[in-house]
Amino acid sequence: MIPAPFEYVAAQSTAHALDLLDSLGDEAKLLAGGHSLLPMMKLRLAAPSALIDIGQLAELRGIRADGDELVIGAATPHAVVASSELVRSDAPLLAHSAAQVGDPQIRHRGTIGGSLAHADPAADLPMAVLALGGSVDLLSRNGTRNVVADDFFTGFFETSLDEGELIVAVRVPRRPGQGWGYEKFVRRANDWAIVGAAAVDGRIALANMGPVPLRARAAEQALAEGASPAEAAELAAQDTEPSEDVHADRDYRRHLARVLTRRALEQRG
Amino acid sequence: MRVELTVNGQRRSDDVEPRLLLVHYLREVCGLRAANVGCDTTSCGACTVLMKGADEGGTGKGVGGGGTSVKSCTVLAVQANGQEVTTAEGLAAGDDLHPVQAAFRQEHGLQCGFCTPGMVMATVGLLSENPHPTEAEVREGLEGNFCRCTGYHNIVRAVLAAAEAGAGTEVDA
Repeated sequence: MIPAPFEYVAAQSTAHALDLLDSLGDEAKLLAGGHSLLPMMKLRLAAPSALIDIGQLAELRGIRADGDELVIGAATPHAVVASSELVRSDAPLLAHSAAQVGDPQIRHRGTIGGSLAHADPAADLPMAVLALGGSVDLLSRNGTRNVVADDFFTGFFETSLDEGELIVAVRVPRRPGQGWGYEKFVRRANDWAIVGAAAVDGRIALANMGPVPLRARAAEQALAEGASPAEAAELAAQDTEPSEDVHADRDYRRHLARVLTRRALEQRG
Repeated sequence: MRVELTVNGQRRSDDVEPRLLLVHYLREVCGLRAANVGCDTTSCGACTVLMKGADEGGTGKGVGGGGTSVKSCTVLAVQANGQEVTTAEGLAAGDDLHPVQAAFRQEHGLQCGFCTPGMVMATVGLLSENPHPTEAEVREGLEGNFCRCTGYHNIVRAVLAAAEAGAGTEVDA
């Protein structure tokens, strides 16, 4: 399968990428690892007029501590996040979830910023960053703004990224020793979650239980009020309207949300 | 547009359309037919090659400076600009098989052979990151490569034999 024709420009800096976003028009797309965008282009689900390659920009790569947060460059591949000693010690759920994306070859190319910008509600990293209470740094010609994960995912494959904005970094709180749990129900290796659940302390996020990754707020509140993990998990599917597909109908997804949430809560050390 | 990259140790400079996939570049422009197009959807791994450069995502040093495994059906040739790409053709030194190739032959880690170049390249990448994997780590490490013939047992044996032979720690000249 061959993508439709497009213009390709390798950005030399984030400032250059912003200029290109401006000059190439609103049909231009940013390309990092390309492991969500290129498959969509090959299937002709996407046909951008131009690709602005930010995948090799050193300023968008790497992991550092910034006070009580970890800052992960948007173009940092999943394999680097998964194997980072800093991430493994200070945000172990993030390292674990990065290691669950696809397969090794995919993790060598796919990037954390790309995964969040793609905003697949069934994907690993949007759910993980939401569970962690993370945020994204968005750069535009007006400067940088920070958007918390709770506000970033706005619809099915939609985010609060504006035209002319790019994700430069992902931030998650540093919490060494934090209790966490992670569950992803799939039928085959490499599949997206039919339903996923991630728990960090008292926060719970769900994958594929709606158009965006969701917080299980009723379960969180019950937990805060002293409910046991099993009791709280019974509320995990409350107020959700998951889609139905060949893998699962709505009731089965709600059942999975309750079971996976209980398991994720029980995993917290 | 013009791309300049190194393929199996040879510098190349070619004019390509931006939409040309790396696997098609390797097969049709370079004439290297080891990387196969299987599923064409980033699943099967038959197109796996090694890439090394600024955007390398792996953690291994790579055997012989090879780089990390990628699925070349989901990389644009233009994204490989300035990088080093290694295909299965680039592994053997003359008539001497690379230790991973030798182990696949010794352990009969193939039947029809279609997945084999991708399996071998994924194995070289895996062993460069983890020179002495457990059997479970081998199976997980090859999660991105499908074989529809063997049931994987001999492939796993071949990878373990290659590790035993030091394939992951060897540094080629």
